[in-house]
Amino acid sequence: MSNTNATFPSASGGAAAVREYHVREHHPEQGTLLGFWIYLMSDCLLFASLFAAYAVLGRNYAGGPSGAELFDLPLVAINTAFLLVSSITFGFAMIAAQAKKLRSAMLWLGITGVLGACFLGLELYEFYHLIHEGAGPSRSGFLTAFFSLVGTHGLHVLFGIVWLVVLMFQLAKHGLSGENMRRLSCLSLFWHFLDVVWIFVFTFVYLMGVLP
Amino acid sequence: MSDHHTHDHHGHDHGHGEPAVHYSLKDYTTGFVLAVILTVIPFWLVMGNVLDPSTTKFVILGFAGIQLIVHMVYFLHMNSKSEGGWNMMALILTIVLLVIVLSGSIWVMHHMNANMMPGMGDAAAVTGHGPHDMQ
Repeated sequence: MSNTNATFPSASGGAAAVREYHVREHHPEQGTLLGFWIYLMSDCLLFASLFAAYAVLGRNYAGGPSGAELFDLPLVAINTAFLLVSSITFGFAMIAAQAKKLRSAMLWLGITGVLGACFLGLELYEFYHLIHEGAGPSRSGFLTAFFSLVGTHGLHVLFGIVWLVVLMFQLAKHGLSGENMRRLSCLSLFWHFLDVVWIFVFTFVYLMGVLP
Repeated sequence: MSDHHTHDHHGHDHGHGEPAVHYSLKDYTTGFVLAVILTVIPFWLVMGNVLDPSTTKFVILGFAGIQLIVHMVYFLHMNSKSEGGWNMMALILTIVLLVIVLSGSIWVMHHMNANMMPGMGDAAAVTGHGPHDMQ
C-alpha cells in the first residue's frame, strides 16, 4: 500500500503506473469475500460444537418422549424443500445480478426471502407444537440439545432474511454497483452455507433421530 | 488517502472490482437436481423402512457427505484456486478442527458413559437428589 502511494504521484501521467495501481487495489475486494469465508468457517465450528452436544445428549430422554415419537418427517421434508428451492432461487438472483438485470434480481431475491420465511414459519410451528406437548427444551437432555442446534440454525436463517431485506433496499436505492455485488456475493455464500448446515441437521437430527 | 482513491475508482468503474466467480445457470441446475436426488433418497430410506436401521444410518450419512460436496462445488463455487487457494486452506483447517471436536467429544463421552459405575443413577435418587440429576 505504501509502495503505491510512493509511485503514484511521481508518475501520474504514465499508463503503466496507473495499471499497476489498478492491480494492487484489486485485493480489498477479494479480501472481503475471503474474510467472510473465514467467518463462515468459524460458524462451522459453532455448529460443530452444537452437533457434538447433540451427539452426546441425543439419546438422553430422561423418561420423556424420544425423537421417533416427536419428529414429523413429512413436515421436515417440506422444510427441507423450502430451503433447497430457496438456494436455487438465490442462484437465479445472482445470475440475474451478474447480467445487470436489476428487476429480475430483485424478484428472485424476493422469492428467496419468502421461501426463507416459510421455512422459519414452519420451524416455529414445530417448536410451538413441541413445547405445547410438554416437550420443551427443559424436558430432557435430548430436547435441550435439539432446541439449541435447530434453534441456532433458525436464528441464522432469520438474520439471513433480515440481511436480504436490507440488501433489497440497498439495491433499489443504489442499483447493482460494485459494492452491492460484493454484498450479494457474501449473502450468497451465507445462504448456501445455511443450506449445507441443514443437510446435516435433517440427516443427523431428524432422520437418525427416528431410527431406533 | 489511498482509501479515497479506491473509492473514486469504484465510483465510475463498476464492473471492474467484481469477484472472479462466474455464476452460471448450468452449475445451479446441475447442483439443484443432484441435491434433490441426494435428499429424496435418504428420506425414502428412513420413511419407507427400506433397509435395517444400522445400515440406514451409514447410508444416509454417506448421502449427506456427497450432498455436502455437491453444495460446495455447485452452490458455493469452491475450487482449489478461489481466493488464491486461501479458501481451500481455511476449509481444510476447519475440517481438521471439526473432526477433532466431533470425534473427540463422542469418543470421550461414550467411554465415560460406558465406564460409569452401574447403579449410580439409582444411588443419586435414593440420596435425595432429583431423578433428573443423572440424565
